Amino acid sequence: MTLTDLFRFALGSLGGHRLRTALSLLGMVIGVAAVVALTALGEGARRYVIDQFASIGTNLLIVVPGKTETTGIPGMAGGTANEITLLDAQALDRQIPEIDKVAPIVVGTEDVSFGARRRQVAVVGTTYEFQEVRKITVGRGEFLPKAEMQRGRSVAVLGLKVARELFPGGEEPVGRIVRIGGWRMRVIGVLAPRGVQLGMDVDDVVIVPVVTGMKMFDRRSLFRIFVQVKGTADLEAAKQKVIRLFVARHDNEEDITVLTQDAVVSTFSQILGALTLVVGAIAAISLSVAGIGIMNVMLVAVSERTREIGLLRAVGVGRRQVLTVFLTEAALLSAAGGLLGLAVGWSAVGILVEIFPALPASPPLWAVGAALALSFGVGLFFGWLPARRAAGLDPVQALASR
Amino acid sequence: MIRLEKICRTYQLGGQPVHALVDVDEHVTPGEHVAIMGPSGSGKSTLLYTLGCLDRPDGGAYWLDGREVARLSDEELTEIRRHLIGFVFQSFHLVPRLTAAGNVELPMLFAGLPRGERRTRVEAALAAVGLTDRLDHRPDQLSGGERQRVALARATVMQPRLLLADEPTGNLDTTSGRQILDLLDQMNEAGTTLVVVTHDPNVAQRADRVIILVDGHVVRRLPGRDVLMAANLFAPPEPG
Repeated sequence: MTLTDLFRFALGSLGGHRLRTALSLLGMVIGVAAVVALTALGEGARRYVIDQFASIGTNLLIVVPGKTETTGIPGMAGGTANEITLLDAQALDRQIPEIDKVAPIVVGTEDVSFGARRRQVAVVGTTYEFQEVRKITVGRGEFLPKAEMQRGRSVAVLGLKVARELFPGGEEPVGRIVRIGGWRMRVIGVLAPRGVQLGMDVDDVVIVPVVTGMKMFDRRSLFRIFVQVKGTADLEAAKQKVIRLFVARHDNEEDITVLTQDAVVSTFSQILGALTLVVGAIAAISLSVAGIGIMNVMLVAVSERTREIGLLRAVGVGRRQVLTVFLTEAALLSAAGGLLGLAVGWSAVGILVEIFPALPASPPLWAVGAALALSFGVGLFFGWLPARRAAGLDPVQALASR
Repeated sequence: MIRLEKICRTYQLGGQPVHALVDVDEHVTPGEHVAIMGPSGSGKSTLLYTLGCLDRPDGGAYWLDGREVARLSDEELTEIRRHLIGFVFQSFHLVPRLTAAGNVELPMLFAGLPRGERRTRVEAALAAVGLTDRLDHRPDQLSGGERQRVALARATVMQPRLLLADEPTGNLDTTSGRQILDLLDQMNEAGTTLVVVTHDPNVAQRADRVIILVDGHVVRRLPGRDVLMAANLFAPPEPG
């Protein structure tokens, strides 16, 4: 029997039971589509995060108070034993030649109001350098003045959203005086739209000079220090020098952690990669359920076609040929289900990207391959039992069955 | 063609042994036309399936075409069924989703015959049973007689030397039944050995020889022409 004849015969019997075929296909389609769509989502999340980090520069060091042994993200969980100060930031700037720019950060939440309009926003205290380190662009007016770190002027730069809400109807915010907490501050600029970046909505912040911020929140210490190194090649050397400097300044105690982008990115990448894998694995379970569906359908097919099998045996069809016919049917079912599922999953991802253009979701190649291979394998695996049952039927009893 | 020596076949039915065939000795020569008769449950069909290498006896010896069947592997038996034997059943056993042509093609499909030859043989076989205009009809579009003629075309398309028919007219009206029997006779006259299981004396009377089975025993052998006249057919002959 040629392969073409075998396929034609198998397709004929699948086509002879359309509803049954369609139902078992459906299970496979859902399984494969789930694997494709869910892994695409996971992969999209991973790439989104990586892109976010890349957008804030690659030659960046982040100094965080407290010591964490592992490459986690310290400071996020709170708990800072020792403090980093503005003097530390100034020392970094002056004493380490590899360092290009230093941007100290202090953050808090305050009420911001203009006239009767008032809302609570995140306030970031920093310096002129922050603009370059975080690649922020100003839409109107200007950013914080390039001045000494220690000068605490009463000026503020508004995020676009804050500006629009405090000054609706196209009113010009630059030059106006707003109230932040108990402070009167002059608006000197409005940021260009940027959106959410690393969990912070840059459109929804107010930026003030770092000293002003520290006074506002009554703090002596910084939240963290962003350090931009001159070249990526200097990154590791700069990191070691930063640590040594802090050890020298903090009574020979290493009480800070210096994060590099790499560490943060690879941590996120690992977490999200694992997430993708887990989600993919869960989806793969639905694939094996689909396989059981195929087995069920094939078992029904075998018992419905018992007489046919008996007849085939009577006209000189061997056991192995019967086995091959039923396995081929299972394989065709699962392969068709796999391909259809791929198409459905891909379309779902396409629609998702259409709705959320920011998410670079696309199924990883390994997941597509695995879903297809798995669907085919599952079909064959679960098709084996019914096929063997068909091949093992006693021809006389099969012919006599009703 | 066929030689049976002390063939026995016992089934287990509900824990009870059923002796379907007991010490059956028989000899069928090539080209012979033999009818097997007997009441229901006498073992007729078991004997036919044994002859067709679908059922294996659990005692005795069966030589088919000079080969002892018990010594043959499953693959060899499959080969024998494919090339040497044709089956016709009471309930036709056509595959419902296939056309008449598709049903006749089945044995050749699995035997690996090339497409062109299959087509030629299908047309010839269906023409031989008078169904040239029914090639693309499915079984549910055919009458009972037509279905059995399709089945007959399928049974003969591989040009077997032994044709086994299990109550071939059992589900047919008299006219269709006669057509089928005429076709079987034609094939027998062309040299095919024919073994027919029937309980109908009108069918059996066409045979050269009739074997009467009762409870698995061969109780009587008589020429086909004597069947219609024989009184008390399923009783053993009076001694003497």
